[in-house]
Amino acid sequence: MVSFVIKRLFQSAIVMLAVALISFFLFNFVGDPISNMVGQETTVEDRAELRERLGLNEPFLYQFGRFVGHALQGDFGISYRLQRPVEDLIAERMPATLELVFVSAILAIVFGVVGGLFTGLKKDHWASKLIMTTSLVGVSLPTFVIGILLIYIFAVKVHWLPSFGRGEVVDIGGWTTGLLTVSGWKAIILPAITLALYQTTLILRIIRSEMLEVMRADFIKFARARGLKRRDINYGHALKNTLIPVITVTGLQIGSLIAFSIITETVFQWPGMGSLFIQAVQFADIPIMSAYLVLVAFFFVVINLTVDLLYFVVDPRLRADVKG
Amino acid sequence: MFFKTKRLAIAGIMLGAAATLTAAPVQAENVLRYANVGDAATLDPHALNTLVTLMADIQMYDALVMRDPNMLKVPGLAESWKNIDPNTWQFNLRKNVTFHNGNPFNADDVVFSIKRAQADTSQMKGYVNTISDVKKIDDYTVQVITEKPNPIMLDQLVNIFMMDKEWCEEHDVVAPQNFGDKQETYAVRHTNGTGAFKLESRDPDVKTVLVKNEDWWGKKDYPSNVDKVVWTPIANDATRVAALLSGEVDLLTDPPIQDLARILTDPKLKVDKTSQIRTIFYGFDVKSDELRHSDVKGKNPFKDVRVREAFYHAIDINAIKKAVMRGWSAPAGMIIEPPINGYRADWDQNRLPYDPEKAKALLAEAGYPDGFSVQLDCPNNRYQNDEAICQATVGMLAKIGIKVRLNAQPKTQHFPLITGKDTDFYMLGWGIPTMDSGFIFDYLLESNGSWNASGYGTPELDAKIIEIRGIVDPEKRNKIINEIWTQVQNDIPYLPLHHQVIAWAMVKSLSIPIEPNDMPRFYWANFK
Repeated sequence: MVSFVIKRLFQSAIVMLAVALISFFLFNFVGDPISNMVGQETTVEDRAELRERLGLNEPFLYQFGRFVGHALQGDFGISYRLQRPVEDLIAERMPATLELVFVSAILAIVFGVVGGLFTGLKKDHWASKLIMTTSLVGVSLPTFVIGILLIYIFAVKVHWLPSFGRGEVVDIGGWTTGLLTVSGWKAIILPAITLALYQTTLILRIIRSEMLEVMRADFIKFARARGLKRRDINYGHALKNTLIPVITVTGLQIGSLIAFSIITETVFQWPGMGSLFIQAVQFADIPIMSAYLVLVAFFFVVINLTVDLLYFVVDPRLRADVKG
Repeated sequence: MFFKTKRLAIAGIMLGAAATLTAAPVQAENVLRYANVGDAATLDPHALNTLVTLMADIQMYDALVMRDPNMLKVPGLAESWKNIDPNTWQFNLRKNVTFHNGNPFNADDVVFSIKRAQADTSQMKGYVNTISDVKKIDDYTVQVITEKPNPIMLDQLVNIFMMDKEWCEEHDVVAPQNFGDKQETYAVRHTNGTGAFKLESRDPDVKTVLVKNEDWWGKKDYPSNVDKVVWTPIANDATRVAALLSGEVDLLTDPPIQDLARILTDPKLKVDKTSQIRTIFYGFDVKSDELRHSDVKGKNPFKDVRVREAFYHAIDINAIKKAVMRGWSAPAGMIIEPPINGYRADWDQNRLPYDPEKAKALLAEAGYPDGFSVQLDCPNNRYQNDEAICQATVGMLAKIGIKVRLNAQPKTQHFPLITGKDTDFYMLGWGIPTMDSGFIFDYLLESNGSWNASGYGTPELDAKIIEIRGIVDPEKRNKIINEIWTQVQNDIPYLPLHHQVIAWAMVKSLSIPIEPNDMPRFYWANFK
């Protein structure tokens, strides 16, 4: 088990290095940050001098090596756009993104599991059919359309919820939270629903199909024959057996929630890492882009590792394998 | 019983409402909630020369010379000025002015600020590079000395904000941010100006709060009842408009023009507009011997003025105005705008007419009866509907036999093509911060101007452009400016399209003078 974790951590380092290398290669195509950093009046010489100062004239591999070297010491450079250290900027923005992802994940899991169980167990109920039909919306509509739609209804039409921002935040030892104020909760509702919708649908549909499968399995029939309570069969035996694919997918989806919160954050002007990244792309702000991509790779690696470890908890067969 | 409770409930609600009314503070604070597409990158007034940074700084910092709502130069921190000799400007400073931290403003600060703007790491040095020395005469008199006469000194100084010497020394910001350092400098998120507003809080990209500076020297000249400004940038166009429609913001200075009709249907909102100091035009490479992306080999069709004229006749600017710009543009016949010194309405309002037949005839005359192919380089995130304008142009040019391959890309990729002079046919927009033609001559019409990707220019024209830099006498200078424009209007190195229109959408209770450089001054704003 320990050696497994160590091996995985070692692999993760390689993954992150690869991500950094690829993203550095791609930065050759994002354009020239200089034209954003200086006014149109700036002379050619001044531009050249700034390029030199930023080290943009150095060969690609040298730039990459310097980035890795500094990053290992926790130094990701100064943002070209905001003129502040990248690690500070990301640390300031991370709470917003993680809170949004946290609330969305809870929404997705609760509604996904409840809806999946219901539609799986009572597949002919009219409510199940309604849920399945509406869930199509979740998979088929793009996130930004859903976001704009929600803004139009809840902010512009009925004025219940704000259309942008994070509301009032409270600073607790460097971690800003919006979850302790009324305006913060109001502000998180729409983006969290927008971000959760796709994941909810996905979890719901997986649980439903797994449930339908498992309920036909022999061990369920035997359990019924043994006269076990219906509740024990449904939630004790059946649900547990649907969990492996659900955990895998949910785990990966939490990674995507972080990575794809970019669109939701942009639509709702949510001050998280995603909107920081989008603005960095538009500005060709290489220090922020590189740090963000490496960080997201890190999140994915950690989440995958957690998922793998969760398998041990859920599936006794894996534990047996390790012992053998 | 039922009725009784209901009536009681209503009475209760009314009582409650009355209580709220009476409890309301007598002097409500007027808060101006402002949103635009993006935040200022830094608040350091010399670190970055971009519109949004200057807009943020002008609320908090003052310059020696300022502009009034009509763009005329008026005294700022300098009460008066005069030329002692052609190379020496003397400024008499306003007395009893204090910075936000209480430090007095005096000649030391002026000397310091101008030198700071000249620092290597300053992006404002282009405005002060003619200044060879700044001398303190006494506490309230300063002399600015140039090597050669500079006719636009005052226009340039409008952009140079005055900082407090002591404050800068105390916080180690005597020079603007250097990217080589690994530190954020103090002036990026803190300010200490003499201006109309003080910085209350700053969360970049999220929220910036400014509060009225009750001690501001300009209060009498510009009375405003705005007590506080809350500035929240909203990057997404649809969300920004939604925030205005839902009443969460009071003022947008960059609503997308396709949403203006929707905004105007709201009885609580209005849209003010004015012509912007930015003209959109196409540039032709008139210098290279062969175009980079064309089926014409061995020669450059754009060298022939008839080809450029043909392109001009082929563009139906009214169709672009109607279909692409939804009416929010002012077709142009010149690449400068009305408030700029050198502008002539008779040229601007007489574009070459839309006439595809004449265009074809001109092409045939030039030796291209079947047209040719060319690539149009176009930005897609810089100007109002930039890519859509280029797309419309592709169709219009197709009618005269020109096959255009459209290369639309973000400004970070588009602008290097222009500054690198690596484009055949391109879109560019140009604004003039100094309000004088000399600016556009230097960058776009001098043969080696840094943004002159057309390669246009002749030794005679260059000589004139250099000559006017040193002429202070307006009459003599304007005569030469007129000569230069006459030549340019005939040669068509740039095909003018339109002047952008600035439209600000706001609540009806707000009044704020809209100005052609698209920079709201919150100290001119008033709530009814």
